[in-house]
Amino acid sequence: MDLIQPTPRITSDSDERAGFRAWLPYPSTEPCCEPVAHIRAENLSIAYQGRQALRNVNLEINRGCITALVGPSGCGKTSFLMTLNRLTDLIPGCQVSGTLHINELNVLAQTTNLLNLRRTVGMIFQKPTVFPFSIRKNLELPLREHGTHDRTVLAATIEHVLQQVGLWQEVKDRLDRPAQGLSGGQQQRLCLARALVLSPDVLMLDEPCSALDPLSSGIIEDLIVSLQGHYTVIIVTHNLAQARRIADHVAFFWSYEGVGKLVEQGSAQQIFESPKEELTAAYISGIRG
Amino acid sequence: MLRQSRHVQEYGPTAIIWAAATMVVVPFFWLMGDLLWNGWNHLSLSFLFSAPQNAGREGGIGPILMSTLLVVGVCMGVAVPIGLGTALFLSEYTRQDHALGRLIRASLDVLAGVPSIVFGLFGNALFCQALGLGFSILSGGLTLACMVLPILIRTVEESFRAISRDQRLSAAALGLSTPTTIRTILLPAAIPGLLVGGILGLGRAIAETAALIFTSGYVDRMPESLMDSGRTLAVHIYDLAMNVAGGNPNAYATALVLVGLLLIINLSSSWITTRWTSFNQLPA
Repeated sequence: MDLIQPTPRITSDSDERAGFRAWLPYPSTEPCCEPVAHIRAENLSIAYQGRQALRNVNLEINRGCITALVGPSGCGKTSFLMTLNRLTDLIPGCQVSGTLHINELNVLAQTTNLLNLRRTVGMIFQKPTVFPFSIRKNLELPLREHGTHDRTVLAATIEHVLQQVGLWQEVKDRLDRPAQGLSGGQQQRLCLARALVLSPDVLMLDEPCSALDPLSSGIIEDLIVSLQGHYTVIIVTHNLAQARRIADHVAFFWSYEGVGKLVEQGSAQQIFESPKEELTAAYISGIRG
Repeated sequence: MLRQSRHVQEYGPTAIIWAAATMVVVPFFWLMGDLLWNGWNHLSLSFLFSAPQNAGREGGIGPILMSTLLVVGVCMGVAVPIGLGTALFLSEYTRQDHALGRLIRASLDVLAGVPSIVFGLFGNALFCQALGLGFSILSGGLTLACMVLPILIRTVEESFRAISRDQRLSAAALGLSTPTTIRTILLPAAIPGLLVGGILGLGRAIAETAALIFTSGYVDRMPESLMDSGRTLAVHIYDLAMNVAGGNPNAYATALVLVGLLLIINLSSSWITTRWTSFNQLPA
């Protein structure tokens, strides 16, 4: 794998983080954030036990771009994410209506192969959720489940993804040690590697930095930026400064009497500098929310 | 005066808590002391391996130990797979408010409170008579399995439910199938709970008397198959203490063996649990 220098977007805030970036390998292909819809949601509504949580969301997410979903707690951002890989199926009494397409795939169709869908759409959660076994097995498990059993391929893929998330140097000599013994930031990077190991097209991150210290948070943020152009990244974040730093596009959600709605979407620059809606402007400036 | 009342307020509750804890510990040491005092002198290797003589007043408990191990083996061999399967069904395949799940849980709660003598009569009617197994180790083991299942299932189900929702969601988000998730993530995480449930069940099974008198019987010969009648340690203690004049010394020695077995089982399960959990918390 070729190594190229980190993109200038990454700003240094400590020597350790700069050291981490110095050897962080980036895929050699040129990042491309295309103005082409990769994910299309039309009139998407979600209800739990008959109670509406999200109503009539119309949103297009561009291929290869980083799209941040922002808004106060309870406005349906996570519900929206969980619909994209149909994790909502696991929630008792959850009903989803409307249409949702990833490329040409009709996500909500009964015939959709969920295991393949979830292979294509990776997800990282708020808290690092490594499984209670070794680092190696954490990464091997999804690969084996999806049909890769060749030991050489497994070893090469694991090394590749661990390098992608900047964890290889730290764990290469202790791959058989328990993953739960890693620090919070390392665990979150391992979760990211575990999602990347399946080569997804879409990567969803649900507040991936909220349970981490500022240094680990910065490292994860750098990683997310490095994914731009290679994956379609959707990140839910309450950290507006973070959204401003890393996102190409922003979608702003708001809760109206307990029902989440998409208020406004656009490029990060437009949302943060000249929002069309008063509510967006108020939220961004800290007056509301 | 004020200082004195503050003293009472501060130390009063502490003293009550200490007294409560001591009251729990004292009977245990009293019981162990009594057993050791009266039973230790009769304990020897030949006692453990020889057959009882003179209705148990003399000789050892070899066949009784063997019958106990067989009855408990049958019980756990049947109860663990069924218990694990039911616990998985309740925690992974049904919602907590599902009608069938609620019915199963309610039945288990009622069964857990049923006196063992009732299980004995039920086992006698079903296994000994209806299924024609007679007074046998198999009948006893199956009856005990019915008895320990409720506590085993509820404990294992709780340990499955204690696994965080995030772990399940993460597994699903990686496209892992439900069987893979159960096999690779949920079962290993539930091992400590499974051991606790198993030990609670085993403890209840190994110390049971009433249910076995009606099912595995009284015979103190060395069993040759699971279809033979066999006397367990607890039944032997009961018989020596209640029906055999001069049987007390051997009853004490047998009780000491029984409590010793329970201690070994408990300590080894805690050791396994500690080893299991500490591996996953080792620094990487």
